[in-house]
This record gives sequence, C-alpha cells and structure tokens, in this order.
Amino acid sequence: MKIVINGKSEDLPDGMTVKSLLESKGINPQIVACELNLNVVRRMQLAEAQLKDGDQLEIIRIIGGG
Amino acid sequence: MTTQAVEKSQDGLNTLQIGRYRIASRLILGSGKYKTMDLMRQSLEASGTCMVTVAIRRVNLQDRTESPFWNAIPKDTTILPNTAGCYNIQDTLRTARLARELLETDLIKLEVLGDTQTLLPDTELLLQATKILVQEGFTVMPYTNDDPIVAKKLVDLGAAAVMPLASPIGSGRGILNPLNIQFIRQVVTSVPVIVDAGVGTASDAAVAMELGVDGILMNTAIAEANDPVQMAHAMRLGTDAGRLAFLAGRMPRRDHAAPSSPTQGAIGGSK
Repeated sequence: MKIVINGKSEDLPDGMTVKSLLESKGINPQIVACELNLNVVRRMQLAEAQLKDGDQLEIIRIIGGG
Repeated sequence: MTTQAVEKSQDGLNTLQIGRYRIASRLILGSGKYKTMDLMRQSLEASGTCMVTVAIRRVNLQDRTESPFWNAIPKDTTILPNTAGCYNIQDTLRTARLARELLETDLIKLEVLGDTQTLLPDTELLLQATKILVQEGFTVMPYTNDDPIVAKKLVDLGAAAVMPLASPIGSGRGILNPLNIQFIRQVVTSVPVIVDAGVGTASDAAVAMELGVDGILMNTAIAEANDPVQMAHAMRLGTDAGRLAFLAGRMPRRDHAAPSSPTQGAIGGSK
C-alpha cells in the first residue's frame, strides 16, 4: 500500500498500524504525535490505528521556536 | 517605601496568571535560534523565565538523531507550544491539536501569519482560530497586531492573554507604537497583555513594562545577542525595572525645567 508520510509517498506492507510503523522507523512514540487523514491519533490508540492505501500520515515533534 | 516594603512588593513582581496557569516570571522566552543547546540552557536560567515556547515540526525520517533539546529546558518550566509557520486556519488548528496531544497541555501560543515577508498576523483568521480553539478547551494566547480593537475582540472570544507585537518578529526594533500598546492595556483588563515579538534590547523590555503590560515574550533578542546569557540577565533586570517603575508611577513630563535645588540662598543671589 502507498501511504503519504510527512508529505512523501512510501510503499508499505499491508496490515500496518501507526504504532508498528513508528517501531519500524525506530521512532519513540513518546516523543512524537501523529495525525492520520487530518485527525489526531491519541497516544493510547496508536496500536489500533490501522493504515490503508492512500492514507496521509503526519508524524510531528517539538523543536526550538519562538 | 522601606526596603522591607520594597521586597514585599517584589513578591508579586513576577507572577503572571494565564487562565489557570500561574507563571512565576513576567518574561517568557522562545527556544529558537540558539547556537548551542548549552547556551540556551544558560540563557533560560539567567533570564529567570518559567515559561518557554516551542515549535511543532515534522519528524525528519531520514535523520533520526535525537536532539538534546529537553535537557536544555530547566525543570518546572511551563512549555508553551506555538503555531508558528501557519498561514491558514486548517494548518493552525491541526498544529494546535497535535501540540496538545504531544505535550498534554491546553496552552497554545496562537500565530496565524499573513505573509512570509512581514510575518504580521492575519487578524481575521486569528479571531476565527481563537474562537474555535477556545471552544475546544484550549488556553489561547494569540499573537496579534498592536491593534486595540482586535485585542478587545480576542478577549471577548475567550483568549487567556493578548500578545501584541512591539515590532515585526525578529526585527529587534522595539516598540513602534507605544500609544497603541497603552490603548490595548486600557481596553484589556481581564487577562494579561504580553508584548510578543520585536523587543531588541533591555531598554525595550523596560519601556514595554513601563507602559503597564503584564509580560514580555522574546526570543531573537537573546539568542542573537553576542553574549546571549548576559543579554538574558539584562532582559530580566530590564523587565523587573520597568515593572517596578510602572508600579511606582512616574513623575509628570513637563515642558520646562524645574530646579531640583532650592532657588533661594545661592551665593550670587536669586535670579
């Protein structure tokens, strides 16, 4: 399936959840927040958030800013 | 006032009430543009700030090196996420909601910018975003123009503070329209007025506080100073000095000189 992650299209194996995607990329879920198709995915629901073809995912973090 | 009384008056010198948040400093600092994380940590400490702004950005999926950012933020600092870089309602709301999820805070420094050249706020969109986020339970701190009419509208919509600019973000030009800042102070009485953006040096901070505002938010003035730690200290003193001067009440401005020494008894006789 094709998923757009942070604006870039990626080919991923079917059946992934947001949580398994974060794990596959070595991202600690505690230091990011995710948004799937414009809706925030609550931290507790990362494992239930099933990814499907055409999904748009944003993974964000905190950085310095004014 | 006795020294003891002055010290007592200083107990209340540094408290800012923003919604249900009690912030023990009138200076709020940004966390951008520092040359090193260590310089930032030392600057934050020297400023005495208890509230620090952060930005929300995409994770870099190519470079997963973790930044020591959090180690540079003093413990017990209240984190204020911003929506910097948002130019429309949707991006602004999305950023605010992601910030709330990530930081488990309802605080948001709300920026909806009009263009990349001036970084001035789009106040029409700012009002709309404020309304929506207040309804969603956010403690909204909008970055706005030095416009008392918009300031009043923001308060009426439920903003927890009003943050007019002194001058454009990162310009360091100080307060361009002190009269408007005073007008804002006059119409906004129920929530703090915090001058946000444009302060360049310690005297700007003092002038802002002398106008009667409740606090100042700054980033570049410290981060881009030759010695950020020293400037952070200067900003702390400037803010305190301005606040004390405001509380003390300044003397009236006069058109003519008025001698400080007695006019009678000078050795050449009276003029």
